[in-house]
Amino acid sequence: MSWGAESGAGVQSVMTFLKWLESTQLAEFIRESEWAFPAVESVHVIALALVVGTIAIVDLRLLGLASTSRSYAELSREVLPWTWASFAFAAISGSLMFVSQPVGYFGNSAFRIKILLLCLAGINMLVFQFLTGRGAARWRPEDAVPLSGKIAASLSLAFWITVVFLGRWIGFTMTPA
Amino acid sequence: MEAFAQWLAGTSFSHGVQRTLWLIPVLQSIHILGIAVVLSSVAMIELRIVGVVKSQTMIQTAHRFLPWLWAGLILLAATGILLIVGEPKRSLPNPAFQLKMLMLALALAVALAFRASLRPNTTFWTRSSNARRLTNALAILAFLLWCAIAVAGRWIAYIRVE
Repeated sequence: MSWGAESGAGVQSVMTFLKWLESTQLAEFIRESEWAFPAVESVHVIALALVVGTIAIVDLRLLGLASTSRSYAELSREVLPWTWASFAFAAISGSLMFVSQPVGYFGNSAFRIKILLLCLAGINMLVFQFLTGRGAARWRPEDAVPLSGKIAASLSLAFWITVVFLGRWIGFTMTPA
Repeated sequence: MEAFAQWLAGTSFSHGVQRTLWLIPVLQSIHILGIAVVLSSVAMIELRIVGVVKSQTMIQTAHRFLPWLWAGLILLAATGILLIVGEPKRSLPNPAFQLKMLMLALALAVALAFRASLRPNTTFWTRSSNARRLTNALAILAFLLWCAIAVAGRWIAYIRVE
């Protein structure tokens, strides 16, 4: 296995941690069990479908492509709590999949890019929430969404769709334990 | 079914799909995006039926999300059929796939019955009655049924058929 330019004490301690994680009983159980990994993966698919779908509902409103009769504030207040609940399930199930083979996932390029894009999607959301979209609570349904909101929505859709593709790609590029 | 899978796997179109290594994961990814559209649309409609979310009327909610449900299902059917053509022996004789199709037929029947029930009963959704409670239970069951279809789909990859 090649780690490219990465070497030194930092990577060393990360690897030590990942190897320890891989040796835990939980990791062994998910790896060895006939049903545990597919069960966790099933939860992950349902959760991620709800995350991406509900985010798309909000993004399409910002872009003016759907739910245009409703205010952005009301729609997001109704939809986003379900996004967060689903995200919690996706994060927990995703972590369990990671724990089963931490060294393998850590070395997988699709996994790394996926995590990077998840962080970018989070930053994009924070920027909109606290900077560019601060006045969103006062937007009326008939008001045009400012360009910054449309850019945030486009980025969000692009990030999440790519995250779905990368997630499926991980399944095809990971070597089975 | 076995014979059909055998024949389909031998066609040149199937060979084409099999040979293009990136095609199966790409089709599966689009399939997952279709699942996102369908599950989220169903979830929004069921949340309105149960009354957890009610700033829109039932009719408004159905008009907003039913077209997306049908569009998502068409996307799922298109990518699903291509996935079957690519790997017929993986899916057609697979008990998980067969159960998935059975549950899909049931879920579609429920969705069509829901759509048919919308027009004549516009006041039904604002009333409170035993019928409403039964509808709430059905709505939750219908959502779980769509989830079960997705789970059965994932399980196709884990049940080996020889």
